[in-house]
Amino acid sequence: MERQGRLERNRMKKENSVVEAIELTKTFGNITAVNHVSFAVRKREFFGFLGPNGAGKTTTIRMLIGLLTPDSGVVLIDGIDIRKNPIKAKMKMGVIPEMGNIYVDLTAKQNIILSGRFYGFPKKLLEKKADELLAQFGLYERKNDLVKNFSRGMKQRVNIASAIIHDPEILFLDEPTSGLDVQSQRLIKTIVNQMNEKGTTIFLTTHNIEEANQLCTRIAIIHKGEIAVIDSPEKLRSTFDTTQSVEMSFDKTFDDKLVEENDLVNRVEKMGDRWKLYTNNPDRLVKHLTKYAEEHGLTIISLEICRPSLEDAFVKFTKP
Amino acid sequence: MKVKNLNTQFFRGIIVTTEKNIMIYYTKAPVLIFGLLFPLFMFLSFYLGRGINLSVFFPGFLAMSMFFTASSVGPLITPWEKQAGTYERLLSFPVSINTIILGDVAAGMIFGIMINVVVLIIGQIFLQYPINILYLPFATVLAAFCYSSLGVLLASPSARAPSHIMMFSSLIRFPLIFVSGIFIPLENLHGIGRVLTFLSPITYLVDLLNFSFKGKSHMSPFVDFSALFAFSVLFLWLANRFHRRNLIKGL
Ligand SMILES: Nc1ncnc2c1ncn2[C@@H]1O[C@H](COP(=O)(O)OP(=O)(O)O)[C@@H](O)[C@H]1O
Ligand SMILES: [Mg+2]
Repeated sequence: MERQGRLERNRMKKENSVVEAIELTKTFGNITAVNHVSFAVRKREFFGFLGPNGAGKTTTIRMLIGLLTPDSGVVLIDGIDIRKNPIKAKMKMGVIPEMGNIYVDLTAKQNIILSGRFYGFPKKLLEKKADELLAQFGLYERKNDLVKNFSRGMKQRVNIASAIIHDPEILFLDEPTSGLDVQSQRLIKTIVNQMNEKGTTIFLTTHNIEEANQLCTRIAIIHKGEIAVIDSPEKLRSTFDTTQSVEMSFDKTFDDKLVEENDLVNRVEKMGDRWKLYTNNPDRLVKHLTKYAEEHGLTIISLEICRPSLEDAFVKFTKP
Repeated sequence: MKVKNLNTQFFRGIIVTTEKNIMIYYTKAPVLIFGLLFPLFMFLSFYLGRGINLSVFFPGFLAMSMFFTASSVGPLITPWEKQAGTYERLLSFPVSINTIILGDVAAGMIFGIMINVVVLIIGQIFLQYPINILYLPFATVLAAFCYSSLGVLLASPSARAPSHIMMFSSLIRFPLIFVSGIFIPLENLHGIGRVLTFLSPITYLVDLLNFSFKGKSHMSPFVDFSALFAFSVLFLWLANRFHRRNLIKGL
């Protein structure tokens, strides 16, 4: 519901993009890590970059944040060419790199303040903002402890707090939750979601379909350095109408013709006494089946419409 | 946040990077070993071994000490940050590679100046040179800048193991000591030995310190200053090239 609302807002807004990738290509030796990748992230969008390991997610994000120079192509951050004006573009963004770490020899608070100093905030204001963030991330009691002694999840929380101290317009996160404890994962997702609701544009890479599904308003699926598809999670699912199915079982055997020679059914799978019927129109098929059961005195044991999952979409698009 | 002035942002970046380096790297073991213990042991072995007249030898010792301390911070920082995973974050701040290089240079420079002011004061208590107040501060600052730049340049190979870089940097730094006119005065050198001496940036500080302490130098101080300056520019230029090229190696 919440996501629907956000989608609506996005649609109503003028389609101005804050991150624009135009024909990005990057090769390492004879590996083409990213191959003519183009997309545009709109203002306030929660944009997901979904792909299996080695797909080119990190390479793409490194080009977007100006760390890697693409072999060809252009990156525009809020209209600013990051190669021509890197400092100005970087002022607008916060970055959580995949392998990125904070300074373990500093305390949680020192890390956040150090980060803020790079953006030129006065020290007093930083003290206040750092305390607020530390409280928000559940680390207030530990603020003066060296990060050395923190768990991975706690380090990542400090990492994110440091990256948003300057209230960036755009936040880039490269697999921010992978390998973390569940509690930290949940906290991070909640905070990133809140930031998005308050207007921050989010660019998140992940190989976790469920995460993309939960959080993102639009998803690009990248595979072997190329964009396979870009769409909303709902649309991605519904592109696969052929993978919709109805699962059913009746109490008695019935004429196989009902399912085998039915125009509504594309394909049949029998699993014990249950049938899985692939269809383009589950609604009409279910109505047809109930009518048949009624007419032939059959009892319906189970009847269920199965929507295609985002996983189906992912598998389909990333098939070799 | 609006960027009012890119120059302000550039200098701010250097200052914040320098502060970060001071907080984190001054107390790391390799810095203490190569920056403090090494020159001290070199001094002791030379002084005790030969029983040489300290007042003759002190300018050379001070130059060596400056060389080691100022150039010991730079090689550590980048490899350490790459290994710890902090380098990629650092680069995502509104900084350029030059900001980071100059912040690293400043940290090494301040380290060198701090330590050697102490050494100088101790030396002065015992030896009481008629110090040339005009030349000595300039020589100290410029030399610290020059040697620290060399240190930062030595950090640029892509290896992310700090211990490898420290070894590599010692391999480069040691020979420069022996061809520097610290152990043998320039006047007594001839032929190839003499030519080599001019290739070591330490030679010019030894000469400047001899001038500052004893009013007597082999070359004109102007030549010494120019040479140190030229070396600094060369080191910084090379550091920029190599750091840029190896930017994402070892991330
Ligand atoms: N610095 C590099 N040097 C050589 N190859 C690289 C480098 N970075 C990435 N690659 C290669 O590029 C491809 C994409 O990697 P990456 O962008 O890290 O994928 P992902 O983040 O989606 O897992 C992989 O085949 C990887 O081995
Ligand atoms: Mg990756």
